[in-house]
Amino acid sequence: MGTSFGRGGATTFQQDLANSDAILIMGSNMAENHPVGFQWVMEARLKGATVMHVDPRFTRTSAMANLHVPIRAGSDIAFLGGIVNYILENERWLDEYVKHFTNAPVIIDERFQDTEDLDGFFSGFDPDKRIYDTSTWHYAGMPVQETAGERAKGGTKGEQSGHGAQAGHLAHGEPPEEDETLQHPRCVFQLLKKHYRRYTPEMVSQICGCTKEQFLEVAETLCENSGRERTSAIVYSVGWTQHTVGVQYIRTAAIIQLLLGNIGRPGGGIMALRGHASIQGSTDLATLYNVLPGYLPMPHAEKDTDLASYLDNHAGTTGWWGHFEAYFISQLKSFWGANSTEDNDFCFDYLPKIDGDHSTYQTAMDMIDRKVRGFFLFGENPAVGSANSRLQRFGLASLDWLVVRDFVEIESASFWKDAPELETGELKTEEIGTEVFFVPAASHVEKDGSFTNTQRLVQWHFQALEPEGDCRSDLWFVYHLGRKIREKLAGSNDPRDRPILDLTWQYATSGPLEEPSADQVLREINGIGPDGKALGTYADLKPDGSTACGCWIYCGIYGDEENKAARKKPGGEQTWVASNWAWAWPLNRRILYNRASADSKGRPWSERKKYVWWDGRKKKWVGEDVPDFQEDKPPTFVPTDDAKAEDAIAGDHPFILQADGRGWLFAAAGLMDGPLPTHYEPHESPFDNPLYSQRANPTRQLSPRAENPYNPAPSDAYPYVFSTYRLTEHHTAGGMSRTVPYLAELQPEFFCEVSPGLAKERGLEHGGWATIITSRTAIEARVLVTERMKPIVVDGRPVHQVGVPYHWGTRGLTKGDSGNDLFPGALDPIVHTQEVRAASCDIQPGRRPRGKALRELVESYPSTVEASA
Amino acid sequence: MKPHELIGRWPVLRQVAEGDTLGRGKAVQSAKTEQLRPRTDEAQHVVQSICPYCAVGCGQLVYVRDGKVDQIEGDPDSPISRGRLCPKGAASKNLVTSPSREYKVKYRRPHGTEWEELELDEAMEMIADRVIETRTATWQKQGDSGAATERTMGIAMLGGATLDNEENYLIKKLAMGLGVVQVENQARI
Repeated sequence: MGTSFGRGGATTFQQDLANSDAILIMGSNMAENHPVGFQWVMEARLKGATVMHVDPRFTRTSAMANLHVPIRAGSDIAFLGGIVNYILENERWLDEYVKHFTNAPVIIDERFQDTEDLDGFFSGFDPDKRIYDTSTWHYAGMPVQETAGERAKGGTKGEQSGHGAQAGHLAHGEPPEEDETLQHPRCVFQLLKKHYRRYTPEMVSQICGCTKEQFLEVAETLCENSGRERTSAIVYSVGWTQHTVGVQYIRTAAIIQLLLGNIGRPGGGIMALRGHASIQGSTDLATLYNVLPGYLPMPHAEKDTDLASYLDNHAGTTGWWGHFEAYFISQLKSFWGANSTEDNDFCFDYLPKIDGDHSTYQTAMDMIDRKVRGFFLFGENPAVGSANSRLQRFGLASLDWLVVRDFVEIESASFWKDAPELETGELKTEEIGTEVFFVPAASHVEKDGSFTNTQRLVQWHFQALEPEGDCRSDLWFVYHLGRKIREKLAGSNDPRDRPILDLTWQYATSGPLEEPSADQVLREINGIGPDGKALGTYADLKPDGSTACGCWIYCGIYGDEENKAARKKPGGEQTWVASNWAWAWPLNRRILYNRASADSKGRPWSERKKYVWWDGRKKKWVGEDVPDFQEDKPPTFVPTDDAKAEDAIAGDHPFILQADGRGWLFAAAGLMDGPLPTHYEPHESPFDNPLYSQRANPTRQLSPRAENPYNPAPSDAYPYVFSTYRLTEHHTAGGMSRTVPYLAELQPEFFCEVSPGLAKERGLEHGGWATIITSRTAIEARVLVTERMKPIVVDGRPVHQVGVPYHWGTRGLTKGDSGNDLFPGALDPIVHTQEVRAASCDIQPGRRPRGKALRELVESYPSTVEASA
Repeated sequence: MKPHELIGRWPVLRQVAEGDTLGRGKAVQSAKTEQLRPRTDEAQHVVQSICPYCAVGCGQLVYVRDGKVDQIEGDPDSPISRGRLCPKGAASKNLVTSPSREYKVKYRRPHGTEWEELELDEAMEMIADRVIETRTATWQKQGDSGAATERTMGIAMLGGATLDNEENYLIKKLAMGLGVVQVENQARI
C-alpha cells in the first residue's frame, strides 16, 4: 500500500464499507475472523450492494456473499491481473481519475523491459545474487539517483519496508515526460496494457481453476459498481500477505482501485484487515528491524555512514516526504533529548546500523548458529506461530538465555520440557543450555495504553484494576529493565555505552508497582515544540533540533495537551464518520487521499458520493472528514519549478506522500521484485506457470539448510495443496485462546478439512485421524470431510486442497499438533513475510508415528536443500 | 388461584393483552424474573476498554467488583462495534481471569529439568546482567564489509502486535539505546 499510495495503512475505515456498492473480499474470511467488522459488509448488502468472496474455501463469508468463486490458493494475482486486463480491454477505467490522479501518463525509462519481453523477468535481473537492479524502472528523464527503494544494489535484499517511505527524487513534482493522451508506447498506461494482455478470462480460468463465467461476473460487477455514481471496496487480510509474492497481491488490488477511481472515496478503498489488536501500531512504532517509528528507514552501515549521507539517501524532495529531515531529527531529539545537538549530528551515530536481513527467520537460524544468544519474547509464540516452527524450537534450544513475557506458560517458554523434538530424540532436556525467565504479563484491563486498529484508529483502553502477583505491563518491564541497565552502566567510559546512558529515560511512575505513565509516553510520541507544549501537527516539526517527536505520523494525537486516543464521544451522538471517537493517523483523517473524492476541479464526483470537496467561496476543502490535503490549496494550483515538499504537489494530485502526488499504477521505486505485479507460482506449487517459463518469484527469499528443507516442486510425492487459516474461536498461536476455558470448549480439537473426493482417494474417514506430511515434518489431525472443500480443476486436472487451522500446540486446555510446523521458511522478498497459505503436501489415513519413527517417515519423502530457480 | 387468574397468566393472552406481540418483554416475565438485575449493576466501577484480540478494535466495558473483573461486555458507544463482541471478545473476562494464567516469575536454569521460583526483582536484576554481559561479548563495531555498525547481533527481540503502542515505542527506543537491531513483531509472521 505504501508503494502505491504513499502510506502503509488501510485507505478507509470499516464503517465506510456500508457505503460500498460492491465489495470484493479476497484472501480473507472476514465473517469468521473479523465478525464484528463484518456487520458493515452486511449493512452494505442490506442497502443493495453486491458482496463477492473469492477464496479457496467456502466459509461463512462465502455463505453471506452474493457470489463465491473458489480459486486455487496462490493464484490471486492471475485473477486480479485478469480484472486489470478486463478493465483495460473494455475501456472501463474512470478516465479523469486515471489521467489526473495516477501515474498512467508518465513515460518510463527506455531501457525498461517487461516480463512479456523477458519471459517472466523484468529488466535488471542479476541471476547470481537473485536481485534486481531497479534503475531501468524509473521515470524517463529522471536523474539517476539513489532512492530508498534501490538499496538492493548493495547486495542485500528486502530492507525497504514495503510499508511506507520511498521518497524518490524528482527535481520538481511533475515527472519529466508525460503523455496526457495515454498513447505513448512507454507510458505507464500502455505498459500496463501490455503486461496484462495475456491475463485473459481463459487464462484466469486455466490458472485459478474457476470458470470463465465466474471470473467475468466478478470483473463486470466491480466495473458496473465503480465510476462517478458508484464505488467498490476491496477487502483482504493475511490470506494475501502470507505468500512469497504477498506485497504484489496488494499492489494488484491497488491498480484495480486506481483504474476504477475507487481510492479516497466513500465506499471505495482497500481495507486491510489485520489480525492483532495493535499490529498496525506495532508496525507504525516500529518493532521491526528495518524501520524506525513512522516508517523512517533504519540506517544502513554501508550507505548511511553519517547524517548527511542518510538524509541524502532517504529524504524526498517533493511531497510530504520532503520534510523527512524534520521528522528524523525530531525523532533523534525524542530519543536523546538535550544530548542530541547539531554539533554531534543529533546523535545519528548512536543509532545501530543494519546491513542485511535481520528479520525473525534469519534470527532463528542465527540462534542455531550461536550468533544470537539472548532473546526476548513479548506476547509472541514462535514455537507454534512461525513457519517451520521446528526450526524456531531448535533456535530457542540453542540460546544462552530467553525472557518470555506472556499471560500463560506458552510453548515457547516450555519447549525445554515438552517440544515434539524431545519425543523424537532430537533434543534432550538436560542438554538444552537455555536459561529461561518467564515473567508474567499484565492484561489489557490491568494497564492504560492504546491499540491502533486495522483502520489506523488509535484507541485508548483505561486501566480497570492493578495486576496481581508478579504480573506487570510491558511498559513497566521495559522501563525498569532500561533503568536497571542504565544504573549498572552508570560511570562507564566506554563509547558504546553512550547511547544507552544518554537516552531520555525519565518517566514518571506511580502507584505501589511504580508503573510508568503510558500517557506521558504517548505525549512523547506526539512530540513537543520549542515551548515544551504538545504539537498539533507534523507540519510544525523542524529540522533544526527545536522540536522533538517520537513518531511523526502520530503527531497531533496529543494536540492541545489532550489525549485524543482517549476520546469516547458515543458514535450515536455524532456523524457516521465519528471523528470524535479516538484519533486516526495521520491528523485524524478517516479516509486517506480523500481529496480524490472530488474530481480534478474539486467538485464531488456525484451527489451520491460526496465526501470532501473544494468550497470556492470559503477557499478551502470542506466535507465529512479532515481533508487529506493542504486545506487552502485550490484544485487549480500549479507548483512552480523550484517548489519543494508539499508545495511541489499540484492541486489535482491527491497522493501527497508520493514524490509526484499520484497513485502509482507502476511502482517506479520501492519494490525489489518488479514494478508491476506478475503471476508466479508459490514456491512449492505442484504446477508450472502457464504464463512464463519462470515458474516462481525469482527474487523470493529461500534459506535452505538441514533444518529448513523444501519439498521438490513439482513432485508426485506431494500431490496436494496445503493451506492454513484461523477459526473464530481461536487466536493466532493459541496463547490467548487455547488457555481460555470457554474458547477451548467451543473449538476443542485440532482438525483438517478435506473434500469427499480426497477422502475417498486416500481412504480418510470423517472423525478419524489423518497424517499430513511435508519435508519438514508430519502432523496428525482429526478429519473433517466436507463439501466446502472443493477440488479445483487447474490446467485440466483436479487438485485437492487440505486446510488446517494453525492455532494448536503442545500445551493449553486443548492440545494438538501445529499446522505451521509443515511450512518451509520461504519468504516474500520485500517484507520477509512467510508463505503459509500455500504449499504442497501428502496426506495419509491414521495417526502419525511416534518417536524416531516420525523422522523416519518424513525422511522417506523427498526433500531438497537447494534453492531451485 | 382462581381459574380466570390462571388463564390470565397464560403468556399468549398476555402477549395480546399487554401489547408484547413477540413475547420478548413483559409478557414472559414472572414475579421472580421481574426482580432480577444484571450483576453489572453492582459493579463498583466501569471503565471503557478495547478488545485485545483482532484488529477490528471493538469497544469493551470492564466491570469491577470487589477488586476483581466481574464482567466484560461490548461498549454500545463504539462507532465501530456498536456494542457487539465476537466469541473471543465475549470471552475476554475468561481470558483475564483464566485459571491458566501465571502470576509468579518462573525460572529454568541451564540444563534444568524443573521450573524454580524467583523473586521478580531478582529476575529483573539477572536479566539486566544478562543483557549487559551478552551485549559486551557480542558487540560488533563493524560489519563484514568493514563499515561501522556499532551494535550487538547477540540479542534479539520478538513481539509487539498484542502490545500497546506506548510499549512498542519504548521497546524500540531501548533497543536503539542498547544497539539491538534484531527487533521484530508479528507483522511479518
